Amino acid sequence: MTVLLETSRLIRRYGGVTAVDGVDFTLNEGELRCLIGPNGAGKSTFFKMLCGLVPPSSGAIKIRNDDVTGMRPHEIASRGVGIKTQVPSLFDGLTVRESVEVAAMRRLTPSAACDIADETLGHLNLKGIANRIVGQLSHGQRQWTELAMVLSTDPKIVLLDEPVAGMTHDEVNRTEDLLKHINTTRTVIVVEHDMQFVKRIATKVTVFHHGRILIEDDVDRVLADSRVRDVYLGKSGLRYA
Amino acid sequence: MRALQSHVTTIGTLVAGIVLVGIVPFAVAPFTLADLTLYAAMAILAMSLGFIWGFGGILSFGQSVFFGVGGYTYAIVALNFDSPSLALLAAIAVAVTGALLLGYFIFWGRLSDVYLAVITLTISLIFFMLMNSMSSSIYRIGDVPIGGYNGIPGIPPLVVPGTDRSLSVAETYVLVVTVALLVYLGLSWLIRTKFGRILCSIKENEVRAELLGYDARLYKLAAFAVGAAIAGMAGALFAVYSGLINPDVFGIGFSAQIIVWVMLGGLGTLIGPALGAVLIQMLVVWLGKVQVIDANMALGVLFIVAVLLVPAGLVPRLQGLLAVAFGNLARSRP
Repeated sequence: MTVLLETSRLIRRYGGVTAVDGVDFTLNEGELRCLIGPNGAGKSTFFKMLCGLVPPSSGAIKIRNDDVTGMRPHEIASRGVGIKTQVPSLFDGLTVRESVEVAAMRRLTPSAACDIADETLGHLNLKGIANRIVGQLSHGQRQWTELAMVLSTDPKIVLLDEPVAGMTHDEVNRTEDLLKHINTTRTVIVVEHDMQFVKRIATKVTVFHHGRILIEDDVDRVLADSRVRDVYLGKSGLRYA
Repeated sequence: MRALQSHVTTIGTLVAGIVLVGIVPFAVAPFTLADLTLYAAMAILAMSLGFIWGFGGILSFGQSVFFGVGGYTYAIVALNFDSPSLALLAAIAVAVTGALLLGYFIFWGRLSDVYLAVITLTISLIFFMLMNSMSSSIYRIGDVPIGGYNGIPGIPPLVVPGTDRSLSVAETYVLVVTVALLVYLGLSWLIRTKFGRILCSIKENEVRAELLGYDARLYKLAAFAVGAAIAGMAGALFAVYSGLINPDVFGIGFSAQIIVWVMLGGLGTLIGPALGAVLIQMLVVWLGKVQVIDANMALGVLFIVAVLLVPAGLVPRLQGLLAVAFGNLARSRP
C-alpha cells in the first residue's frame, strides 16, 4: 500500500499545555480512518496541523513523502488536502452555488467550475438550496454546503471534523452513504464522537488520549478494548466527561 | 443572472455617459462644470475605497495617501518634464509602488483589520506632517519646491495629445467624467472575473478561502494595488482640476471623509461610494456658500443620522426598496 500521509513525532504546545504529544501517524491511500477520543484528546489540534491552520511545535508532516511541515493552509490545500471543519467555515454572504463555484475555481476556469458545481450540488441533493444565501441556512445544510465546497476542489485526502454533528437521523444515513462513496476515490479521515456512526463507516480506528495515540486497530477490536472504555467511561475517562 | 447584471451595468453606464458627456457640457456654465469635475475626481477616489473595502474587506484610511501621492507626483513630474501625460502615468506608478510595499508588510505580516486601519491612518498622518514641514526652499525635487503647507501651485493642465494645447474646462470635465465611468465599468468587470469572485470570498471568510487553496495575501495585495492605482489617478486628476496640491489631502479630515462617502453610499457596491462622494461634495460646496454651519460638523451629524437610518447605505437601501416594489428583483451588485 502507498503511504499518503505520515506524521512523525508531531508535537503542538500551547504555553505549558501539550495538546498533541509526539504523534506518529500513517495513513495509506484509499483508507477511511476514524479518529476518536474524549474532548481535549488532541484530535482537532492534530487536524489543524494537518491542514496548516496550526503550525507544529516540532515533528514532521509528509504528504506523498513531500514534507509540508509549517506550510500555510493554501499550500497544503493545493497538495490535495480538503477539510470540513467542526463548526462549518463558509462564505456566509454568498449563495450555495457561488460558494461551490469559488471552491472549484482553484483548479478550473469559471465555466468549468460552474459545471462541477452543478454536478456536486446534484450529487449532494443541494440543488434546491443552490441560490440561497449561505448565512441563512440551517446547521445541517451548512454542513453539507461545506462538504460540497471541499469535494469540488477534488482533494486526494478529505479531513472531516465531526461531519454528522447536529444532523437528523436521515441526514446521518445520507452522510454515511456519501462518505462511503467519497472513499471509493479518495482517502478520508473522520473525527467523530458518535460511536454508532464510527462503527458503520470505519474499518480502522485511531484513538487519541492526552495528545497521544492510545491504540490503533480494527474498529471492533478498538471498541472492545478496555483501555478505550476506560478513556471514555471509566477511570481516566471521567476526567474528560 | 451575472450576464444580466453585466448588461444592466453596461447599459446604465452608457446612458449615464451620454447624459454626462454628451449633454451636460453644453447645458451648464463653465463654473458648474468645474465643480462637476471635482465631484467626478472624488467619485473615482470613492470607488477605489469602495472596491478594496466593499469587495476585498480592506478598510484603509490610506486612500488619501495614494490620492495625495498621485497629486504630488503629477505636479512634480509635470512641472519638471513639462509632460502632463507622463505625469499622469507616473502618478499611477508611484501610488501602485507604494501600495505594493505597504501592502507587502501589512498582508505578509498578517496584521488584523484593526491594525491595518490604524497603520494606514498613521501613514496618512506621517505624510501630512512631513509635507507640512517641507516649507523651506531646500526641499525640492528637480526644479519643483515641495512648498510645505502652501503646497505646489501652478500645476499645468492636461494637453490634447500630440499638441501643446491645454484642455479647456469643458474638455477636462469630459475627460474626468469619462475616466470615472471607465473606472466604474472596469471595476464592475473585475468583480465578476475569477479574481474578483475569489477576492469577495476572501472578504467573506479568509480562513476558508485559504483552506480551499487560495493565497489570501496575494489577492488582497493585488486588490490594494488596484485601489491605489485608481486613487493615484484620482489625485492626479484632482491636481489637474485645481492647479494646486497641498498637504490637506493627507489630513485626517479628508481620510475620514472618504470612509463616510463609502458608508453613506453603500458598502459592497461601486455606484454607492461614487454617489456618496458626489452628494457630500455637493453638500460641502453648498455649505461653503451659505456659511450657516461648519462643513465638518454638518458631515458628522449627517454621518450619525445615516448610520442610524440607513446603516447599509443609500444604494443598498434603494435596492431593497426596489426589490420589495418589484417582487423578487435580483440582487444587483455592483
